Amino acid sequence: MSRPVKYNINPQVTKISDSISYADLPEGMEGEGFYATKFEKIVGLARKNSIWPLPFATSCCGIEFMATMGSHYDLARFGSERLGFTPRQCDLLMVMGTIAKKMAPIVKQVYLQMAEPRWVLAMGACASSGGIFDSYSVLQGIDQIIPVDVYIPGCPPRPEAVLDGVLRIQDLVHNESLRRRNSSHYKALLNSYDIQ
Amino acid sequence: MELTVDYIQERLLENFGEEISFFLDPYDMLNFETPKEKNLKVLQFLFDDEKLNFRFLTDICAVHYPSEKGRELAIVYHLHNLRDNVRIRYKIFTSIESPDIFTATNIYECANWMERETYDFFGINFVGHPNLKRIQNVDEMDYFPMRKEYPMEDQTRIDKDDEMFGRGGSVI
Repeated sequence: MSRPVKYNINPQVTKISDSISYADLPEGMEGEGFYATKFEKIVGLARKNSIWPLPFATSCCGIEFMATMGSHYDLARFGSERLGFTPRQCDLLMVMGTIAKKMAPIVKQVYLQMAEPRWVLAMGACASSGGIFDSYSVLQGIDQIIPVDVYIPGCPPRPEAVLDGVLRIQDLVHNESLRRRNSSHYKALLNSYDIQ
Repeated sequence: MELTVDYIQERLLENFGEEISFFLDPYDMLNFETPKEKNLKVLQFLFDDEKLNFRFLTDICAVHYPSEKGRELAIVYHLHNLRDNVRIRYKIFTSIESPDIFTATNIYECANWMERETYDFFGINFVGHPNLKRIQNVDEMDYFPMRKEYPMEDQTRIDKDDEMFGRGGSVI
């Protein structure tokens, strides 16, 4: 008769509360049996922890992003494990790599296909500024065609930097007013890119 | 019989005589030049001849020599004899004012895209090409970027320090 396998001499009892992280309560009024806060704080909290990124990877930054998505760095810890490969379902456009001028209309098209609210993250030197490719054929930063929320410096950035960039996006998502996308300021920003 | 450089040279001289000139043969690869009007005749001869049999066009490219007046643009055909595994290089030169060259698309089908690329970067006008338009650069581009009078760098950047990028400034 086989013996039951014991892997540890002193088996550890895992507590489920150790492996779940709780989001902090947003500021609000608390009393006996009720808790009141702003609606946009709750929406921000929900959005922030379930961002669906759309990877637009064109070169080596995309490889670094694969490492970020892998088990070692694991973007899933921050609620972004679900990459969408259709812009219509995604919240965050991650542009990673050199964008040639011929690619620029495609990036813009992808951005236009995303539904509001949408955020854009430019990863690496090329997407942010053209990088070393100061050349007639390369777009000198994607902010020439679409508005960018967060830039990650590096060539390519470390996965830690990518995680940090995603966390900065989370801060923006968390703190964004629900009315921001309707504001005249935001519309003026989009108009400056000939969008809408 | 093995297809030697000497033999190819001999056959070319026999057929085109004075009009052909030869350069150095680096790594035993034959290089020769003719006037640009002759390009189709030479290519057709190299293609049709039973012995020479250069049926594969590896590449067409161009070179810009701004200092050589009247022959600023070189168009280079790289030909390959697949049976004997022999490669040769054939150059024609043209002035930059009238860069008109006969198209090789009727001899080599693959010349279509290669000539479009050469047009795209150097502005060589391939007369008779079925679809001579840009292939790699954006359609809106209004110049030929590999010509040496145009700067390599993107001119829309205003944030880069010119001195650091070797385009003017006070540092020599």
